Amino acid sequence: MTEQLHQVTLTVNGVTRRGAVPARRLLADFLRRDLALTGTHLGCEHGVCGACTVLLDGVPVRSCLLFAVSADGHEVTTVEGCCQTSGDLGPVQQAFLECHGLQCGFCTPGFITTITAYLEENPKPTEEEAREAIGGNLCRCTGYQNIVAAVLRAAELKREREAPHA
Amino acid sequence: MKPPPVVYHGPDTLEEAVRLLAEHGAEAKVLAGGQSLVPMLNMRLTAPRRLVDVNRLDELAYVRSDRHGVRVGALARHADVERATHAFETVPLLRQAVRTVAHPTIRNRGTTVGSLVHADPAGEMPAVLALLDGEVLLRSERDGERTVAAADFFVGPMESACREDEVAVEAYFPRPAGRTGTDWRELSRRSGDYALCGVGTLVRVDDAGAVVAARAAYIAMGSVPQVVDLTEAAADGDWSAAAESAADQLDPEDDIHASAEYRRHLARVLTARSLKASYEAVAP
Repeated sequence: MTEQLHQVTLTVNGVTRRGAVPARRLLADFLRRDLALTGTHLGCEHGVCGACTVLLDGVPVRSCLLFAVSADGHEVTTVEGCCQTSGDLGPVQQAFLECHGLQCGFCTPGFITTITAYLEENPKPTEEEAREAIGGNLCRCTGYQNIVAAVLRAAELKREREAPHA
Repeated sequence: MKPPPVVYHGPDTLEEAVRLLAEHGAEAKVLAGGQSLVPMLNMRLTAPRRLVDVNRLDELAYVRSDRHGVRVGALARHADVERATHAFETVPLLRQAVRTVAHPTIRNRGTTVGSLVHADPAGEMPAVLALLDGEVLLRSERDGERTVAAADFFVGPMESACREDEVAVEAYFPRPAGRTGTDWRELSRRSGDYALCGVGTLVRVDDAGAVVAARAAYIAMGSVPQVVDLTEAAADGDWSAAAESAADQLDPEDDIHASAEYRRHLARVLTARSLKASYEAVAP
């Protein structure tokens, strides 16, 4: 069967991106294959591992459980968009670096996007809240201790960066 | 894992969605949040020829409350139900239960009405609807609108009364009458996983604090949500005895996650705790 193509226009990390996709093209595959944004990783491809988490209109969603055609007209933020406008590391990325929040790095993009959105909602989480916030992301390397530490450190960095300079 | 080829329809209005299903219902699936359907497509456990994506029907993305209950539109995400303060104040059980549906990221996309239609025996929201005697509003070109009570809506595992030419438009969760406390709790192997056993309870008391009604609804304990009336068993406030009576009325199955006997044990423990919590929420 020749698959019909659908024209889609998305704003990805602030840039308007267009594509022609078959209906079954998952957003994760659209980002990786059509837009060459390979920062988004696919682990389980059925919504369990959280590696493919991106922000849809600012809200974390699994990009393996969303069709690109359903995301037409929406804004998507990937891990590539979680840095500062200067290109320097964003607060969550910086905190992962400082706290050794990653080892192999495969799951990290999903953590970075999830935590970036979470800190907008809760700028000063407790350790317990930090654990709950990352409950939907699997990491097989770290044992999570350093990731929890990174959530708390990221909150700190974000507050410092956003505080008005004295 | 990639989904099989599919023909996509993205209607802009409910009328158009209903018309598409009238024409193609037999070979189409409605796509709402997709948090159950898309994994099944990715694993190719299902391969509908067409998808009718209702995500553009913004007018169905509502959670509305009045003094009688809460109405949840087809496109309201679990997270919308969880956050709606008015819904929590009207029917606290909604927030109590929806918080245990998967993980926050899944709740951001998955819809409450979608989980009702999906009718997973381990799904929380079907049991909430059943416990509260709620109902689902369905719409088709053939019959217009019809309302199905929770007791008739859940037909079997992954099977609801929503026909293939129908769109589930809204779920209604009535506010329990009188002085009624509710509670939800479940046990799963890992946070956010499917529960091995989950229970919602409601306990109604009179002004003196005597129990006048008690009910429990269970997930993962049968092919559909199991509702058990415990009014008599809980009348004297002996929660353990009431839980014992509930467990005797359940007939769970063995599977790779837990034995039937372990599930029954969980039901006993969780029910006693849950009834107590429901009671204490409203006891004088």
